[in-house]
Amino acid sequence: MSTPIVVQQLTKRFGSFEAVSDVSFTAPGGAITALLGPSGSGKSTVLRMIAGLENPTEGHIWLGDVELTPKSVQERRVGFVFQHYALFRHMTVADNVAFGLEVRKQPKAERQARVDELLELVQLSHFAKRYPDQLSGGQRQRVALARALAPRPEVLLLDEPFGALDAKVRQDLRRWLDELHTELGVTSLLVTHDQEEALELANQIVVMHEGNVEQVGTPTQIYDEPATPFVAGFVGSANVLHGHVQGGQVHLGGLRVDGASHLTEGEPATAYVRPHDVHVSVDSEGGEAKATVMRRTMLGWLSQLTLHLTNGETIVAHVPNEDIEGVKEGDTVWVDLRNPKAFARHADVEPQLVTGLTGSGRT
Amino acid sequence: MSAFPQTAKPAKTIDRPGTGRRRLVRGAIVSACFLYVGVLLLLPLVGIVWTATKSGLSTIVATFQMPDVQHAFFLTGVITVITLIVTTFFGVLTSWVLVRQHFIGKSLLNALVDLPFALSPVTVGLAAVILFGLGGWLEPFFSSRGIQILFAVPSMVLVTIFICIPFTIREVVPVLEEIGKDEEDAAHTLGASILQTWRRVTLPNIRWGLLYGVALTTARSIGEIGAVLIVSGLIKGKTETATLFIFTAIEERQSTEAYIVALTLAAVSIILLVAIETARHRIEGRKEGT
Repeated sequence: MSTPIVVQQLTKRFGSFEAVSDVSFTAPGGAITALLGPSGSGKSTVLRMIAGLENPTEGHIWLGDVELTPKSVQERRVGFVFQHYALFRHMTVADNVAFGLEVRKQPKAERQARVDELLELVQLSHFAKRYPDQLSGGQRQRVALARALAPRPEVLLLDEPFGALDAKVRQDLRRWLDELHTELGVTSLLVTHDQEEALELANQIVVMHEGNVEQVGTPTQIYDEPATPFVAGFVGSANVLHGHVQGGQVHLGGLRVDGASHLTEGEPATAYVRPHDVHVSVDSEGGEAKATVMRRTMLGWLSQLTLHLTNGETIVAHVPNEDIEGVKEGDTVWVDLRNPKAFARHADVEPQLVTGLTGSGRT
Repeated sequence: MSAFPQTAKPAKTIDRPGTGRRRLVRGAIVSACFLYVGVLLLLPLVGIVWTATKSGLSTIVATFQMPDVQHAFFLTGVITVITLIVTTFFGVLTSWVLVRQHFIGKSLLNALVDLPFALSPVTVGLAAVILFGLGGWLEPFFSSRGIQILFAVPSMVLVTIFICIPFTIREVVPVLEEIGKDEEDAAHTLGASILQTWRRVTLPNIRWGLLYGVALTTARSIGEIGAVLIVSGLIKGKTETATLFIFTAIEERQSTEAYIVALTLAAVSIILLVAIETARHRIEGRKEGT
C-alpha cells in the first residue's frame, strides 16, 4: 500500500541562481530514502518542492501514479517534519497533534482517539497538556513527528530532523525513528548532511552536490562504489592521491595503485583510498611502500596514523591497535593501499590531502 | 563560609573601596534617571490630577454633563474606533507583506511606514487642506457629490489614521520576523488553508504585539491635536474632539473643565496600557505554571 515518490527532471531557479538542476530519482514505497549532501546542495529545496512549499521552475513530482506538481500544499497530504520542530507554540502538545485532524473536520471522538494513539506511539502521553517550550528538543521533535503522522500521510518528509539536537539525543532518536519506520512502513524521505545518519537509517541514498544528483544507490553501493570523486570524498573519509594513469594503474611517484584500467593512459588521475584500506605492517613483507609515522592518535580500538611516504605524500591510516603494537611516532612502517577508487582528474579538483576525516568520527 | 572565616575576610576588605565607589556611581545614575522620569513625566501628571480633582466631585459631574464635553468624547471615540479598525487591518496586512513577501520597492514601503513619525502633525493637517480644501486637488470630486471632507469628521479621521499608521506595523513586524515562517508552513502541510493558518497560527502568535500596537494607536488617536486642529475648523458641538475641547476651553478660561477632560484622556491611555501588561502577565504566567 506504500506509494513511491518519483521526481522527474526537477529544476528550481531563484533569479539567475539554479538551486536545483535537473534532479531525478525514485524513493521506493515503504522505504527510507536519504537526500544527502553538504549545505547549499539543494536537498532541502527538493524536499520543499515535493511538499508543495516551493514551486518547481521545471519538472514533475509523482506520488505513485498521481501527479503532485499541480496540487497545492494542502491537497498533497504529506507529513513534514522541520529541523526546528515548528510546533505551534501557543497550543498544547495534544492540540498540536490534533491540528491536522481538526482542519480536516474529523469528528471529535475520532480525533481524540487518534491523538491518544499517536502520543502513545511517540511515548509522550503524559505530556499532552504541556506547551512546546516546556519540552526538551528531543521531545519536541517527537511531538512534531506525531503531528505530521496524525492525518495518515502517504509520505513522510523529514528536513534535517535531528540537526538541532545534541549528539546523544540524536543517536537515540535516530534508532527510535528506525524502529518506528519499521512499524509504520510509510514512504519516507530524509534530508541530511550527516553521512553517518544517512548510512544508518536509509535503504537508499541520493547524494546531491551543487543542485545535481551525484549518485543514487544503497548505502553499500554509495560507500563501496562511489560513482564520482565527490561521492568518494563526501561519504566516508578518504586519502586523496594525485598521479598519472600508466598501465591500468595510478602512479603516485614511487607508489602505485590499481583500479585505473577504465581511464585513459597518460592522463592525470586521482585515487581515493579509505583510511581503513591503508594496510600498515611493521615488517617489510606486509607492504610495498615505506613510510614514517608522523603522528599516532588513539581512536578507541583502533589508532589513526599520519604517515609520511617516501615520495613526499602524507596519508592517514586507521589501523587496529593489535596490528601496530609498540609503533610510535618516528618509526618506519610498511604500507599497502587497498581498494582504491580512481577517477580522471579534472582541473577543478583541489589537490587536497584527506577529505571528510572529521566525518569518520562523530559528526 | 563559616568553615573558612580567615580566607573570607581579607577578600571582603579588598573588595570594599571599589564596591563603595561603584555603588555611589550607580546610585547617582539611578537617581538621575528617577529625577528625569519623575520630574518630566510624573510631576505634570500629578499637577493635572491635583487641579482636576480639587474643584470637587460636583464640578466633575457637572463637566461630564455638559453637552459639548459629551459630544467631544463621543467624537474622539468615533475617530478612535474607525482609526483602530483601519490601522489594525491594514497594519497587520502590511506587516505580513513586509516580512513574508519579497518584491521590488520593499525597502521604500518600509521607509514610508515611518513617515508619520518624522512629519509634524501640523504638516499632515496642512497636506489635508491642500488636498481637500477649496481648490484642492481632490476637492471638486467630493464637493460635486455633496460630500464635505475638510472641516468635517472625514478629514479628522483621515489625518488621525495617517498619524497612527506606524504603531501597529512597528509592533507586529519584529514579532513576525522572530517567529519565522516554519509554523505557517507546518500548518499548510497539515492541510490548513491560508485563512485557517492565519486565524489559528499566525494571529495567536502575534497577538501581544498586535495588542500593544492597538494600545499605542488608541493612546495616540485620543491624544491627537495638531493635525486635527488644522482640518477640523473648530466647530463647537460638531467637529470638536476631546483634545480640541481642552484647547478651546483653556482659551476661554474654563480651565477646570479642561483639566478634568485632560485627566480623563490620560487615565484611559494609562489604564489601557496597564490592563494589557497585566493580562499578558497573567496569561503567560498561567501557561508557565501548568
